[in-house]
Amino acid sequence: MAVDRDTVIRVARLARIKVPEGDLDTLAGELSNIIGWVEQLEEVDTDGVAPMTSVADMKLRWRADEVTDGGIRDRVTANAPDPQDGMFSVPKVIE
Amino acid sequence: MTAPTDFTIAGARDALDAGTVSARELAEAHIAAMERARELNAFITETPARALEDADASDARRARGETLGPLDGIPLAIKDLFCTEGVMTTAASHILEGFVPPYESTVSANLRSAGSVMLGKTNLDEFAMGSSNETSYFGNVENPWRRDGDNRPLVPGGSSGGAAAAVSGRLCLGATGTDTGGSIRQPAAFCGIVGMKPTYGRCSRWGVVAFASSLDQAGPMTRSVRDAAILLGGMAGFDPRDSTSADMAVPDFEAALDGGVKGLRVGIPAEYAIDGMNPEIAALWDQGKEWLRDAGAELVDISLPYTKYALPAYYIIAPAEASSNLARYDGVRYGQREEGTDLTELYENTRAAGFGIEVRRRILIGTYVLSAGYYDAYYLKAQKVRALIARDFTQAYEKCDVILTPTTPGPAFAAGEKSDDPIAMYLNDVLTVPASLAGLPAISVPAGLSGDGLPLGLHLIGKAFDEETMFRAAQTLEDAAGFDARPAPR
Repeated sequence: MAVDRDTVIRVARLARIKVPEGDLDTLAGELSNIIGWVEQLEEVDTDGVAPMTSVADMKLRWRADEVTDGGIRDRVTANAPDPQDGMFSVPKVIE
Repeated sequence: MTAPTDFTIAGARDALDAGTVSARELAEAHIAAMERARELNAFITETPARALEDADASDARRARGETLGPLDGIPLAIKDLFCTEGVMTTAASHILEGFVPPYESTVSANLRSAGSVMLGKTNLDEFAMGSSNETSYFGNVENPWRRDGDNRPLVPGGSSGGAAAAVSGRLCLGATGTDTGGSIRQPAAFCGIVGMKPTYGRCSRWGVVAFASSLDQAGPMTRSVRDAAILLGGMAGFDPRDSTSADMAVPDFEAALDGGVKGLRVGIPAEYAIDGMNPEIAALWDQGKEWLRDAGAELVDISLPYTKYALPAYYIIAPAEASSNLARYDGVRYGQREEGTDLTELYENTRAAGFGIEVRRRILIGTYVLSAGYYDAYYLKAQKVRALIARDFTQAYEKCDVILTPTTPGPAFAAGEKSDDPIAMYLNDVLTVPASLAGLPAISVPAGLSGDGLPLGLHLIGKAFDEETMFRAAQTLEDAAGFDARPAPR
């Protein structure tokens, strides 16, 4: 299926990436090519095939739900672009 | 007397044990080599002070009659996708520029506790997305090799291109790589070195910047099969912090090398003889079959019928997982931030400025195939095809023990040659992706030169958690090939 400009705008919005107006047509063309190419999978009869959801034949392990770590607030926020009083900061969300 | 940068890991280990070289001498020689070879751009961050500190600690241990094993004192390079405590880790992306992890990845921690010496962090395609190391925010890596009589720089392959160039250019004795669809094996083939992707689950993914979690696997890049076995032994092991880590003992891979291939059944998959295959690659593959047969292996024709669908399935699954994994780069908790008037605009501006074009392209593809109304047609369909590809291998392994193919469709190409056409670039991984989708171990061994003097690799795919058989066959190929060509000094 061809990916048009509006679809690029919608997907970019979902992905939270601002795409400059001038890139929209190029991206629509590139994504259409890639999507058109992966659509060859339609030829494969997958009726009754269970999707592969685990690479290794294994069950996920369980562990006790207990605190094993913590007390390192300043190390956690050390890489934040704008930490304030030991917290992450974002633009005002609630007026 | 071997120059310190010409040792194999095994050779350096023996020389360290014999006291004919010190860890400090090894470290100093490699630090000097890194400085001389900066035009290759193989490293994003060099850590010479740390290397000397690690080396001195190793020498002090040996002076006390102690050693931490075969990697004690061995200078290694770490792909800049492994988080290293206190050392900047970028994934070659602007969005992580300046990020200094407060913790160490399990694989690099394992190597550290094995006494190895860290020389620095190697360049890669941004977030490991690429096959030529041309998508790094920190610039292209150059392949140490050039075509005979042609001075144009060539790509080292990708995404572990810096690691491959560093090993090939003798800037380290070995390096860690990561492989999602061929990111260890393809650059290894392009640079004339050994690159090995273990079984999914063999090496912990904890602390490795995630690209596609159901495919990502760390592995060794070295100048010999024996070195790959030694280095993998230092990297591998169960880790409760990775939910898909295999709770299994790590075998002595090096001990497996000398088993030979007598009676081994080597599968030759008909579907890998792709239309229009480069005749040099076809000839190399035939040569590889002959080497294994001459060493006593039995060649078995096998069929992996869904091979041609592996690459398109991969280019749905990997971007889908990437779009999810890379959602964490939001400009709030770490990395670069671009301000906005509200939170959504902050996210959108940050991610627009922080991601390069290939990463943006893959996030958009991944978001598209996972979005409402398309999920079943693309993502679920690809997961079903993936199951069929895995089943192909299971059925083939009823008839054979290991599979032989070429690693890449051709040798290294020039920078810029394929960067305008995403699908042409994706086709580099056509021979390596099926094993990734099935989670199987695979190795590329340098086996010959192209007509214009560039290295070519042969590729072995093993059964899950049977790296040992694969290593045995790889050792046989290496012995038969006697590959001793090296890039011309600059």
